[in-house]
Amino acid sequence: MKIEKIIQTLELEVKCGKDYLDKEVTGGYTGDLLSDVMGNSREGYIWITRQVHQNIVAVASLKEHAGIILINSCQPTQETMEKAEAEKIPIMVSSLPAFELSGKIYNLLTAKS
Amino acid sequence: MGETNQNLYSGSFNIEGGNFNSAGIVSTNIKSILKKLGIPGDIVRKAAIVSYEAEINVVSYAKKAVVTLTVNPGVVHIEVIDEGQGIPNIDLAMQEGWSTADQRIREMGFGAGMGLCNIKNYSDEFHISSEVGRGTHLKMTIQTP
Ligand SMILES: Nc1ncnc2c1ncn2[C@@H]1O[C@H](COP(=O)(O)OP(=O)(O)O)[C@@H](O)[C@H]1O
Ligand SMILES: [Mg+2]
Repeated sequence: MKIEKIIQTLELEVKCGKDYLDKEVTGGYTGDLLSDVMGNSREGYIWITRQVHQNIVAVASLKEHAGIILINSCQPTQETMEKAEAEKIPIMVSSLPAFELSGKIYNLLTAKS
Repeated sequence: MGETNQNLYSGSFNIEGGNFNSAGIVSTNIKSILKKLGIPGDIVRKAAIVSYEAEINVVSYAKKAVVTLTVNPGVVHIEVIDEGQGIPNIDLAMQEGWSTADQRIREMGFGAGMGLCNIKNYSDEFHISSEVGRGTHLKMTIQTP
């Protein structure tokens, strides 16, 4: 499933990386501990987190994530957005908490179409 | 070492301790060098994890470091030599969840105590040595097909 589909369905706000929303999402990982995400997520995943610091961009880029979704209406810092744009990493914002957002995305990704 | 001596890449990079804004630059650099050399994606991603965790530890706990990347046929070597406080008890530091990270570091999502475990798990060979008050020396080897 493409990121754009998730954005439309869950009414996410796109903060940056608008030109890269046709990336394919192969799975997801939810976490706020960067080493946990480093060790346990995979390429093509959408990463769900409440971290807004620019280090999330390095993690997503090194792991080749499809994009990042910030929960609870958390806003990325200016540096985070600039870095993400340069690294071609889309960042979206959801008003939902991590549990609900993860559940909804899990259902979308595993639904038989 | 059983490697042919035909060297594909050799280079070194500096990391500045304490600077979280530039953290990840050296790992990103290493990743793109390996990609350009045509190293397979899964190997490149392992090297990225390993070098990122080492880089974050230098930024978090050391003054500065030199990272050396050496690529020979069949193998990628990443060596990180830092100047800093060193690690008093390596067995303890290697335990998952054990961390001396302060509040500032934890607020950014670091300090889960999983960094050295990630390095160990994602390298084929891993050596760590440290001297308190002087610094820490990591040697990681990742095999390529
Ligand atoms: N380069 C280093 N210099 C000094 N201490 C280090 C270094 N790397 C790791 N440590 C020590 O080992 C502990 C565990 O490291 P790590 O597994 O990366 O977890 P974390 O960085 O999340 O604490 C650190 O909290 C720190 O006390
Ligand atoms: Mg660490």
